[in-house]
Amino acid sequence: MFRLEKRPTPSRFWLYATPVAAVVLTMLAGGLLFAAMGKNPFLVIKTIFWDPVFGEFAWYLRGQLLVKAGPLILIAIGLALGFRAGIWNIGAEGQYIMGAICGAAVGLAFYPTESRLIFPAMILAGAFGGWLWAMIPALLKTRFNTNEILVSLMLVYVAETILAKAATGFLRNPEGAGFPGSRNFSSYPAAANPELIAGSGLHWGGVAALGVAVAAYLLLTRHVLGFQIRLSGQAPRAARFHGVSPTVLTVLCMGISGALAGLAGLFEVTGPAGKISIDFSSGYGFTAIIVAFLGRLNPLGIVLAGLLMALTYVGGEMAATNLGLPAAAIQVFQGMLLFFLLAVDVLTNYRFRRMAGAAAAGAK
Amino acid sequence: MTGTGTEPGTARPELLRIEGVTKAYPGVVANADIGFTVGAGEVHALLGENGAGKSTLVKMIYGLVKPDSGAMHLHGRPYAPAKPAEARRLGVAMVFQHFSLFEALTVAENVALGMETPPPMRELATRIRAVSEEYGLPLDPSRLIGDLSAGERQRVEIIRCLLQDPKLLIMDEPTSVLTPQEVEILFRTLRQLSAEGTAILYISHKLEEIRTLCDAATILRRGRVVGTCIPKDRSAREMAEMMVGATLTPPQRVPGPKGEVALGVSDLSVASPIPFGTALKDVSFTVAKGEVLGIAGVAGNGQDELLLALSGELKTDPDKLRVNGQPAGDLGPTERRRAGLVAAPEDRYGHAAAPDMSLVENAFLTAGLRRQLARGGFIDWAKTRAFAEEIIADYDVRTPGPDVAARALSGGNLQKFLIGRELLQGAGVIVINQPTWGVDAAAAAAIRQKILDQAAAGAAVVVISQDLDELLEVSDMFAVLNEGRLTRPRPVQGLSMDEIGLMMGGAHGMEVAHHVE
Repeated sequence: MFRLEKRPTPSRFWLYATPVAAVVLTMLAGGLLFAAMGKNPFLVIKTIFWDPVFGEFAWYLRGQLLVKAGPLILIAIGLALGFRAGIWNIGAEGQYIMGAICGAAVGLAFYPTESRLIFPAMILAGAFGGWLWAMIPALLKTRFNTNEILVSLMLVYVAETILAKAATGFLRNPEGAGFPGSRNFSSYPAAANPELIAGSGLHWGGVAALGVAVAAYLLLTRHVLGFQIRLSGQAPRAARFHGVSPTVLTVLCMGISGALAGLAGLFEVTGPAGKISIDFSSGYGFTAIIVAFLGRLNPLGIVLAGLLMALTYVGGEMAATNLGLPAAAIQVFQGMLLFFLLAVDVLTNYRFRRMAGAAAAGAK
Repeated sequence: MTGTGTEPGTARPELLRIEGVTKAYPGVVANADIGFTVGAGEVHALLGENGAGKSTLVKMIYGLVKPDSGAMHLHGRPYAPAKPAEARRLGVAMVFQHFSLFEALTVAENVALGMETPPPMRELATRIRAVSEEYGLPLDPSRLIGDLSAGERQRVEIIRCLLQDPKLLIMDEPTSVLTPQEVEILFRTLRQLSAEGTAILYISHKLEEIRTLCDAATILRRGRVVGTCIPKDRSAREMAEMMVGATLTPPQRVPGPKGEVALGVSDLSVASPIPFGTALKDVSFTVAKGEVLGIAGVAGNGQDELLLALSGELKTDPDKLRVNGQPAGDLGPTERRRAGLVAAPEDRYGHAAAPDMSLVENAFLTAGLRRQLARGGFIDWAKTRAFAEEIIADYDVRTPGPDVAARALSGGNLQKFLIGRELLQGAGVIVINQPTWGVDAAAAAAIRQKILDQAAAGAAVVVISQDLDELLEVSDMFAVLNEGRLTRPRPVQGLSMDEIGLMMGGAHGMEVAHHVE
């Protein structure tokens, strides 16, 4: 028999050991899952975690890692700022879609003009679109005290409907013979977001993600606003006593996370995706929630977590095509990661103590 | 004063004997080799500073904590309760400092909830009336707890215990929430119980009370018994020095000349943002430079709301509050600090400080602006750290260093840090709620001295406290907050205890007492 006992101060060891333990536990439980599905668990795990980096097709897949990690990191950092402040933006997926639509719309409006100003204008529009979509739950929360989790989540489905409308209606390629989808940005250089170094997978979104990670790290550790964000999350009454306005902070954090998600959408639509299409939405906004927590809500941790999550994406696709695993199995695998992370996280603030008279092994 | 109990000196039959009881927690020995005896009908005081081990000791007697070693005997038989229910069955009852009552239920319903096999409600109400009448504790069983004063709520807890016909009643800091008149009623009840043979184990900081009430005292320091005494034969000062193990110097005050008004509040009315809170109604007062205004009152009468309204967490019309003559009612906490007003709330863990943040970060929490700890929006952590170290040195904060989390500090040490953080900002107006709540005697004396030093240096100070002795010690002017209204401040010199009691609204529920009789 065990019981949990609160630690006097949070454990430094478990703070950093938690993500590692969660990954290991996910591999174990995931392995059992794959075994139950009749696959060789070692082969699946190797396909997911090893092959993309060191396998036969690594020359191509390593680039794919950056392509996937960029938007995840960009979105997760914005979410982490809000999560640190106790503001739960769950609708980054919607903000990501709206950023892509707004940015793409600005670019397409200028087609076929060639100007160096078009791409920067699209970046601004993308950030604005995400910001605007995040302002809806933010203002509803501050004005009417609605729950931002529900509102931001429900707005994802609204955004998906608008996306379908854009792909089949107002942004459809007039020369596309009636097929849904916008013009392809790869054939419109002024608005395209190509690989910066051929074969590397790095585009402007990856650069932005790294820049934002460093900026967010400095914000949280050095800046007064970062202090206020952390304070609001840890001790809301102390934050008000310090002089933080919960309203201003909510609007600010929702705005930043929305704008970053919008940016991610814009870089995606102009780069890897190439165009607005019905299936443009790919779940980055939701997966970024896992990335944010896996990275301990710390910008530098999020960079690592984003790369790891990208690995499960890329490796998961490999496993799906080569080993015939259903895509849902990979999503379960990713979900397990968050599940174990939250479970193991308890150990940062609590420790197991054995009740008198019982003798058994500790938690595995 | 009726019923003095058994005459001191007469041999009482032994009720409870504690021998060599030891209890250790990781990193601290709470009780080491404790031994004392309580006779039947004896009122026995347990004295000691915070952290001396009183709570752990009574929790062991009440069956909440198991001793590591040692033995307890009740009625001469070995006594080792595994849980409170067992202790209650053997005749040991306890009234806690913090009540466990449901505000939305009636008195009788709350009492029933604490019983293993409650009788029918009607019968219970009759029994509650009978007990309350017998012991002079006016209480109507059909009233809602939410409508009762703190003193009346305590009576519910006491009556809950008396219904079990206890042989030993443990009371933890019972008078901290009472008006002087209510204390008088409580003492009469306790003396009557003692005369009937019920022993009382009485924990308190208030030494004068112990001198009037208790037959014997056991004094604890750092988990050990350091002495026993007959409280009537000792002065409060002597007992305090036994508790602390050092000579105490009472705060010195040098009344300076009063300057012009630094803080003016006029007709301030605000609704409470706290559930079950108390709205402030037409609160008016002024505090001059160099003056200390003490605001007394039983907890829950608007103290928290007053602090929020003064700190800027609750905003009002600009003119309702003036700092150095300038309207400040509509300013938030940051702007008020800029205007020269600093505040220290009562709740240290979560309001005045962020428990999980380090002392350095907590130093920045309020002092960032006035101590210029940030430049261009970026925090100068080296400078903030130096400020935290300055507080630690100046206010004798016992901590391994400035990087530990605030929650790792004991209540008294954290309070010294937080008071120091505000007082070292050189502000002209200082507001403090409960400066020494839960702080040991030596630290409390140090904090009061620092407050007086600030006033002597020309600061206008408002001290909100439930400790009358403290207020009388530090204040020039005295007012009482009662149900959200503030009495007109009066000079402390020449105020009698009776007058103070009347200002505090007398004894709550005296009308009911007539009704019952």
